[in-house]
Formats: sequence, C-alpha cells, structure tokens
Amino acid sequence: MPVYRGAFGRKEAERLLWRAGFGPRPGEAARVARKGLKRAVDDLIYPPRVRMTGRAPTDDDGAPLAPRDAWGHDHLWWLDRMIRTNQPLVERMTLIWHDWFATSNEGVGSQKWMLVQNQTMRTHALGSFESLLLALTRDPAMLLWLNGNQNTRWDPNENYARELMELFTLGAGRGYTEDDVREQARALTGWRNDWREGLGDVNFRYDPNRHDNGVKVIFGQRGNFGWQGACRLCLRHSAHASFFVRKLWSYFIPTPPPAATEAALRTLYRRSGYKIRPIVSAILRHPALYTGPRMVKPPVVQLAGMHRARNRPVNTDAWSWISELDGQRLFLPPNVAGWNEDRWLDTSSMRGRWTAANYVALPYALDPDQWRGKLSLDPSRLVDSALAFWANPTIAPGSRQALRDFAAAALSDADQSWERAEYPVLIVNALRMLVAISPDYQTC
Amino acid sequence: MSCSCNEFSRASLFRRSVAEAGRGLPAIEPGMPLPAGSGLDRRSFLARTAGLALAVYGAGKLPLGLFDEGIARAQSAGGPILVSVFLEGGADSLSMLFPAGNSRYHSLRPTLALQPTEGQPFDEDARLRWHPSLAPLAELHAEGKVTVLPAVGYTNADQSHFTSRHYWEVGATDAHLRTGWLGRYLDVAGALDNPLQGLALSGSLHPALASANVPVACVSRIDDYDFWAGGVWGPVQQRMLDALGTFPPGSSRATAKVAEVATQVARLRGQLLPFDGGNWGSPVAYPTGRNPFPARLAGLAAIIHAGLPLRCVSVTAPGMYDTHADQAGELTNSLALTANTLRAFQRDLEARGIADRVLVHLWSEFGRRGEENGSDGTDHGAAGIGLLIGTRVRGQMLGEFPGLETGLDEDGNLMATFDYRSLYCSLLEQWFATDAAAVIPNAASFPRVALLR
Repeated sequence: MPVYRGAFGRKEAERLLWRAGFGPRPGEAARVARKGLKRAVDDLIYPPRVRMTGRAPTDDDGAPLAPRDAWGHDHLWWLDRMIRTNQPLVERMTLIWHDWFATSNEGVGSQKWMLVQNQTMRTHALGSFESLLLALTRDPAMLLWLNGNQNTRWDPNENYARELMELFTLGAGRGYTEDDVREQARALTGWRNDWREGLGDVNFRYDPNRHDNGVKVIFGQRGNFGWQGACRLCLRHSAHASFFVRKLWSYFIPTPPPAATEAALRTLYRRSGYKIRPIVSAILRHPALYTGPRMVKPPVVQLAGMHRARNRPVNTDAWSWISELDGQRLFLPPNVAGWNEDRWLDTSSMRGRWTAANYVALPYALDPDQWRGKLSLDPSRLVDSALAFWANPTIAPGSRQALRDFAAAALSDADQSWERAEYPVLIVNALRMLVAISPDYQTC
Repeated sequence: MSCSCNEFSRASLFRRSVAEAGRGLPAIEPGMPLPAGSGLDRRSFLARTAGLALAVYGAGKLPLGLFDEGIARAQSAGGPILVSVFLEGGADSLSMLFPAGNSRYHSLRPTLALQPTEGQPFDEDARLRWHPSLAPLAELHAEGKVTVLPAVGYTNADQSHFTSRHYWEVGATDAHLRTGWLGRYLDVAGALDNPLQGLALSGSLHPALASANVPVACVSRIDDYDFWAGGVWGPVQQRMLDALGTFPPGSSRATAKVAEVATQVARLRGQLLPFDGGNWGSPVAYPTGRNPFPARLAGLAAIIHAGLPLRCVSVTAPGMYDTHADQAGELTNSLALTANTLRAFQRDLEARGIADRVLVHLWSEFGRRGEENGSDGTDHGAAGIGLLIGTRVRGQMLGEFPGLETGLDEDGNLMATFDYRSLYCSLLEQWFATDAAAVIPNAASFPRVALLR
C-alpha cells in the first residue's frame, strides 16, 4: 500500500484535519504537523476515550438543548459534537455513515429514533462494516424509513432489499437482478413494531410469524435465508469489496484510487473480515490525499470548522435554518442516496454558506465606534488580520491578491478623514467574510 | 403537524428528489407511478434579461445562452397566464364549502362539523357555506371572480396521494404518463428558447410542468437574495460584493467551482437588487410571516407586470392538508393564509391593470372522507373542491354539490360531479386557444363547459 513520504508540514496537517475531521483549532495544524504523518493518523484512528471540551451547547435562550424533542435541536446537538469532540474521525465517520445509509427524519418522524440510529453509527464508526450493516438493518429509524417494519411474508415490501444492494453494499446494477430484489425482500421479512398514541412508533421486534420461512434463491444460492443471511450474502458478493473501498475512498479523496491501490484495499478489506479502520487508515496515509486536488468541504463540516477556528460554542438555534440554506441539514438528507456533493455549490447554497459565515463572525464584528482610527491603513496587514480571525487557513497567492486588491480599492474610496478612520474597520469585517467564502477556505 | 400518513411523507420526499437530479431515487411501492418529469435533465443558468437564477429542465437541446435571447424576444408578449395553486395532501372540501346544518353532516362529523352560523353563505347553493377562513374568496366570489367546482375529481378515485396527484398532474388516469399536462401544452404551444414559459415557484420542478421538448424553469425566492455582512455598509459593502467575483480559479476543479459560483453570485446579486426584500412596488399589502407563499405571489405579480414571458406558473399553497388528526386548527390557519394571499394577488393584478391576463386554478389531489376518524381528523376521500379565480371567469358553479344523503360512494367518500379533465380541456381551448386533443388523452370524451365571460 503506497504511503505518503513527502513533507508533512502545517499545510498537510491542515488538510488531514479537515478531511478526517472538522478542521483545526487555532494552532492545532502546527501541533499536528510536529507529530509527523504516522502519529497524526494513529491519533485519529485510535482516539482517546471520548470527551467533549469547551462550553456545552445552548439554544438562543441559553437553555440546554433538547435534541430528542425540540425542532432543530437534533441538528445543533450533533453540530456541537463535531465541534467539541476529541474523536474527530469517529464523528466524521458517523457523518459518512449518515450519508451512506441516508435516513431522513422526514420519513421517520422521530428525533429520538434518528438519534438512536446516530449512536449506532457512532458505535460502529471505525469497527466492522458487517456489524454496522446488521445493526442498521434492524435499526428502528431504518425500519421505518425503508418500510422494513411493513415487510411481511404475506405482503413483502422491497424497499430495504433494493437499497441494501443498490446503495449500501453493491452499487446500482452490479451483480444482482430484480429476482434477487424480490428474494432478498422475502429473506428480510419479520420486523414489526407498534404504534402508541402519544408515543409514536415503539416496541420494534422480530416476529417469526411474519417471516417467510420458505427457501429463497439469492445470487444463485438456495437457502432458507433470514435477515442476517440477506446481509451476509451481500457482503460476500464479489462486487461488494470494490463498491465499499471506492465509495469510502471518495469521501476522503476526490480522484478515484489507482487500480493497484484499489486492489490492495479490496484485499485488505476482505482479509480483515470487513473492518473499516484499516481501510480508513490506509486512505489517510495515501499519497493521493496530500498531493491530489482539493475538495469542496461539506457545508456542515465547514460550519463546525468555523466554530472550531473561533473556539465558539453552539449558542444559537440559527444553525438549524441556516443549514437548510447551505444544503446540509443533518437528519434530513435529500433522499435515500444521501447528499449530492455536486449540488453543494450553486448560487443558492453559496448564499447559505455566506449566511453561515456571517452568523459565525457576527458576535466578533468590529465596532467602528470602538476601533475608529486604531487599525492599519496597509491593505496587506488588514488581510493578515482577517486570515488570523479564521486561524490562518492556507491561502493561494492569487486569492490573497484578490483580498488585498479589495482592501486597497475600498481604502481608496475614503476621502474624508472620518472615512479614513472608519473604513478600515468595515474593511476588516468585510475581509473576514471574503476569506470565509474564498475558494481556498471553502475547500481543503 | 397533523400528518400521520406515512405514504404521504415518503411520496413528497420522493417527488422532491425527482426534480433534484433524477439520481438515487428512493424505491416506491409497486404499482405507484413515477412522477412526471423523472429523469429530465436539469441545468442552471442566469436569465440576464429577466434577472432570475433559473433551474432549467429539459434544456438539453439548446445552448443556455440562447435562452436569454428567447426570453428577451418573448418578453411583453402579453398572452394569457395560468397559475396553478396546489393544496397538498388532499384538502377537505366538506370544510371549505360545508353543508351547514345538515343532520347527516353533523352525525358524520360530531367534533369537526362547522356550525350553521359560521362563515358566509354560498349564494349559488343554499345548502352550503364558506369556511370562515375563506372569507376573502367569498368576497371575490360575490364579485363574480370565482368559479367553484364543489365536487371535482374522476370516477374510481385512487386514494393514494401519490397516484391521485399524479393523475391530476399528467391530466389522465394513467400511471405511466411521464409528462405533465401543462408541460405537454407548452410542448405544443411554447418555444424552444423560453424556459420562463413554465415556471415553478419552488425549490424544485412541479411535475405538471414536465415537458418533453421545451424547457421549463424553477426559482424559489426572487425577493430574498441578500448578502448581508455584519459591520459592513456603504461603499465598502459594494466593494465587498464586487470582490466576490474576483477570486482566481486556483489550482483545482474545486477551487475553480467556488470561484465560478462566487462570480455568478456577485452578478446575480446585482440583478436581483431591484426585487430584493420584496421590493416589488406591490400596490396592495400581502400577508406577512415566514411562509414564502405571499412573497412568491407578490413577486409573480411584479414579474408579470414587468413583462416577463410567463404562461404556466405552478406554486404550492401554504399548509399541510393531509389532516388525519387535529384537522380544525390546521385548516383554519392554512386556508386563511392561502385565501388572504390569493385575494391580495387578485387585487394586486387589478391595481396593476393586468388582471385580465391571469387565471388562478386552485386544486388538490382529492377530498376527504365524509365521516371523521377517531383523531379529530379525516382520512383520504374522493372528489374534492376546485376553484378558478380571475376577472375573466364566469363565476358560475361547474358541477353541483351532490349532497351527503346520496352523494357518497360505498366508502363514504364524496362522488365527483365534474371531471377534472373536462376542466383541463376547457381551459386549454378557451384560455389558451389550443386544441385539447393535442394535450389531453381522449380529449373528445370529456364534455367542454364555458369558463370565460
């Protein structure tokens, strides 16, 4: 397996922290760079006991969050974990599984069950994909979302069976037929739950009376398969390993893996018994991560990262509605295939990203009454100040020049003495926004 | 939120995703139709002449640049415009126009029946009264500007939201039809270079507008595209917005994409400035609040007035009409906002002198069960209510209210006295002067009625 041997400086550490987590805290990129690549990756994939650092989250009224009950607090609750966890890769993998097994509360209708599923994904974040798949197949939110709880021997529902193969384990049209979908649905029959007035969906369980006990033929194999058998047949299918490693790779690196790397990852994955951690570890050490092109940051990763750069806690409900503008409201992916990263940048979502940056920066905006006449009139120094605001992200010379040109042009507008005193303050506030929305800071 | 209908939420989710990109659609139940428009290609462009960021569907046949010219050419054409307003979820017609004081009504609906003193009488049928929240529409009706279809639908009504809505959208009880009835009209009468001819005021395309050949478009809010930054104003703010468009593409596709979109944003922001913050110059007051419906219609009136070449417009009304539980409160609020907005829109058009060009069609995928359920709600029914609003409508009922004594089918649902395809054929021929046979399957089998004065 190829391993990156080049320089591992602040720039490389910064990329690793964004791709495998939610960006650096102030000074963190330099600290991680000093560890070197091997220890930096090891610390991510073998994290310490989980701990949240910094101030606990609150809503607009300063009250603790109620993630199971209050509208939008589910989003705030997870955003807070992304910001404060000492296990950033575990949280990032949980976000990946949320996209991979995209379940929406739009169909589930219960923040409680969504959060239960979220914890299941976190528990198995770097563990065994087999355990994760089995756990999610019987997960209440998933049973509601893809109608597993309505799949009975008398009236099979193919929803989960189809997505199990198409989206979760094999890929569309890769080695299965419509007959396999029907037979898988039969194998998956038996899950049910009750509806209680006031409580909603409760008491999820396997009911053997609902299960189709007959012989099924799946992928050409005959047997009296049940739900576990259905999952294991997918994992052992010859198309699974390539689907798994390519899909997982794509979350970290925007170009497909070289053929030799993919083959090595497939072998590693199968020999490990469908373990996630070794694959992630290999991807995070791979040269393509450090030498390849940049990636657009997912909106929620960007938002968590801006909080981290500012050491700001979650202290407003605004992130729930802003996330609908920027295109990534947690627990409400657009459909069962998850978020479409091609759609993360358009004129509409860009306005959402701008709004998010503005709301992060807002409490820190410099007040002209307080800062009048106290700031430099040198455009470069104003740019430096705005970069420092976001913990000094790496920025290309061309982008830096654009920022400098803006500052110089805005300074040149100041004719009156009061303008020369006030404009630099406004310019720093504006530069913070321009840095936040720049091609450099929106990608990693 | 009173929706407890699982099928409804899945269906609505699916529909949204259809217009996303035709990618990774969730599976639907066997036998359920795929919405019209599934798989249409979608591209985004900025109509410079119109100042709108449009998602354009079915745009594969022409370079996007040509649409600008098409829109400019078609501008100020002054033709008729149909605005389709959808009450999503199956609105309860027996509350919207209710049989006041009817003993069977009160026995079917012991908790939900409206009282004979509520609302205003419906002067075309002494048995019926308007829901109190619909007073603004009763007012327009009194002026002869509302045609009521008290029991519109089709025989053997399908009680799936998904299927019935599809039938209404495609203009046929055909699960396999993949183009919308308005989309097919535009295929016949529209242009290859004017996506504004079919406009969904929405985050995604409405299937009724799905066409086979001509482009159609979608825009969510044209009044809300600000780029506020705390502690920035005046000339510095303008410089900042200009600077958004100056980032170089950088060294990767990702940075180039951000720079490109930032440039589009800077340009678009300037173009939408005249409409920003609902700065329509509306001559009337629209309802306020967080729901986008009033702003969408206020913006619509403004862009019609500005001469943008619209023909078919589609918008979803505020509220959730799938009232399986706690129906009364939900209906009261949703209908009030809908009716107040529609009246404001009508007054707006009248004040601007363009009312004769616009006709509003209000519809829902079905009505609701005559008998209430055990959760202070009602379940899916059959025939529902439809309205046509505008200065040109005849203002006389189409079909009749069949009554609860003999007008319910074996499932206890209201039977249709008017077929929605008769309405579509009549609209096409009288409003759009287009041969309905080219748009609606078996058009000859549906009787035509006089719609316009």
